[in-house]
Amino acid sequence: MKKIFEPDAAYQPDTFAFKDPKKVKDILGRYPQTHQGRRSAVMPLLDLAQRQTAKEGLKADPPHGGWIPRAAMDEIARMLDLPPVKVYEVATFYSMFQLAPVGVHLIQVCTTTPCWLRGSDRILETCREKAGIDLDETRPDGKFTLVEVECLGACVNAPIVQINDDYYEDLTPELMEDILDALEKDKKPKTAKTAKIPGKTPESSPRRKPGSS
Amino acid sequence: MLKKEDRMFPNLYGTESPGLAAAKARGSWVDTKTLLEKGRDGIIAEMKASGLRGRGGAGFPTGMKWSFMPKEIGDKPHFLVINADESEPGTCKDRDILRHEPHKLLEGALLAAFAMGAHTAYIYIRGEFYHEAQAVNKAIDEARDAGLIGKNACGSGWDFDIYVHRGAGAYICGEETALLNSLEGKKGQPRNKPPFPAMAGLYACPTTVNNVETIASAPDILRRGGAWFAGLGRDEKNTGTKLFCLSGHVNTPCNVEEEMGIPLKELIEKHAGGVRGGWDNLKAIIPGGSSTPLLPKDICGAVRMDYDSLREVQSGLGTAAVIVMDQSTDIIYAIARLSYFYMHESCGQCTPCREGTGWIWRIMQRMVKGNATVSEIDMLLDVTKQIEGHTICAHGDASAWPIQGLIRHFRDEMEDRIRTYRKTAPRIAA
Repeated sequence: MKKIFEPDAAYQPDTFAFKDPKKVKDILGRYPQTHQGRRSAVMPLLDLAQRQTAKEGLKADPPHGGWIPRAAMDEIARMLDLPPVKVYEVATFYSMFQLAPVGVHLIQVCTTTPCWLRGSDRILETCREKAGIDLDETRPDGKFTLVEVECLGACVNAPIVQINDDYYEDLTPELMEDILDALEKDKKPKTAKTAKIPGKTPESSPRRKPGSS
Repeated sequence: MLKKEDRMFPNLYGTESPGLAAAKARGSWVDTKTLLEKGRDGIIAEMKASGLRGRGGAGFPTGMKWSFMPKEIGDKPHFLVINADESEPGTCKDRDILRHEPHKLLEGALLAAFAMGAHTAYIYIRGEFYHEAQAVNKAIDEARDAGLIGKNACGSGWDFDIYVHRGAGAYICGEETALLNSLEGKKGQPRNKPPFPAMAGLYACPTTVNNVETIASAPDILRRGGAWFAGLGRDEKNTGTKLFCLSGHVNTPCNVEEEMGIPLKELIEKHAGGVRGGWDNLKAIIPGGSSTPLLPKDICGAVRMDYDSLREVQSGLGTAAVIVMDQSTDIIYAIARLSYFYMHESCGQCTPCREGTGWIWRIMQRMVKGNATVSEIDMLLDVTKQIEGHTICAHGDASAWPIQGLIRHFRDEMEDRIRTYRKTAPRIAA
């Protein structure tokens, strides 16, 4: 479940500035150059802010993952000439915008019916045990946050876990342990992106990353 | 079974490169200019002749939808918006188009945008599909560099540009007007209709919203002819090929392109390796994504997979996401979990849905245990009827239908569980 927005919490930094003006310009360029059109940039800019804090968070002590400070929302409101609440209401509406610091690796276990049918309960249990935290908790060393999410839209590869941007598919408790072991050692786990060809088991299907050519 | 040469998505499984050169070798972007020369009316007539119905779930005839756009471009620009917010539990077909056949989608977008007088298109991709959005962005860059989109797209004289807009985790943004609000940088809450998007959509300009699969079907329909597409399928109202997502308790879950109207049993046995433990081990199937009512085994054996056949058995084709459940399934929990999903994803705008989805989930939690009374089954059914049809968008209906299907076909099991619980449950101490 998503954290509530605490605009005056102690963890909120006082200021925020986008560090990549090229990306900001690129985002603004996608939409009509009217007041109404510029507002479309709210979601991509919130996403950009979250990615920036994720990068900065790796060097923090304890480290943290991507989240959106209130100062970032205020900055976006200023840039787009909107009342801040128009940005707050968007940030709080969508589940992928984190409103408080999270772990470096945000483990998002899908437990909706298609994943549940294929054993997401056991995957969730494995995550709990291996990461040593319960749902909606962040480990004190800032490495992991464990959350339950609704359908991730890769149901033929169920059960699925999304960790930050990556999907891990066709999971078994053993595969899940391997993934968490790798992350524990700061290694990139193998992403098992499987295109499932009818009549072939996942093991015999070719694995390739989307977008690779 | 669909012949190999009739498939529209040969690279559905990503066995070849999604890149431009490979896409061209598969037939994309070949003589697109000639297709554009059919003109607006020619393209729309061909789409109408194909009988293609929207692949996002509602099944509205695509050619007719395109024809609703104003004939002349007035002082407001026209927009094409492609709905890639694929979030209906069970559905994962658009994902494979986005990552493995992105050029099919882009070519379709150009054709569709030209037919409706739009110079700009947005693809709204659900936020979780980060790598898929990257794949589409890469394809857009390739197409732009090759002059296929951008100024004077494909040498046709038509300027066309397309942008990716990523969502951020809200099922409701798959509803077209919620999607438009989200694209405008607002909360994803559906709008009242009318006005319909064709009159006042994105930025209050004429807009058409289509599903990824619908748009990606356009190039093949225009290239091979509407008659070719209409020749496939069950009848003139259920034409063409369709991507089916086969998940749950099957031996080899997969996405597959098949002919519209294929018998459900054949679909599962041919492509998904059959039901786990054999057909006799089947309990029920959700035929079209989570919001369509489930079908018990005896109906599954005979039903065909198309819009009208499934409507006849009080279910629907939806997104053609087939969720198979074998005898080991706690069917009451399986549906209760969907109730949680609908509660979680309700946008909170209309009271019957915001409050009702929570009621359903709380009653269903007790039904899972059996901690209820038999009369509460009727009350639950009544609650679903109070939500259905009383909300701005179909989210309320979608939360009601799975429950109605469960009660229709598995009421005995619900009653049994209640009786068993009442026999064993602790009584309040005297």
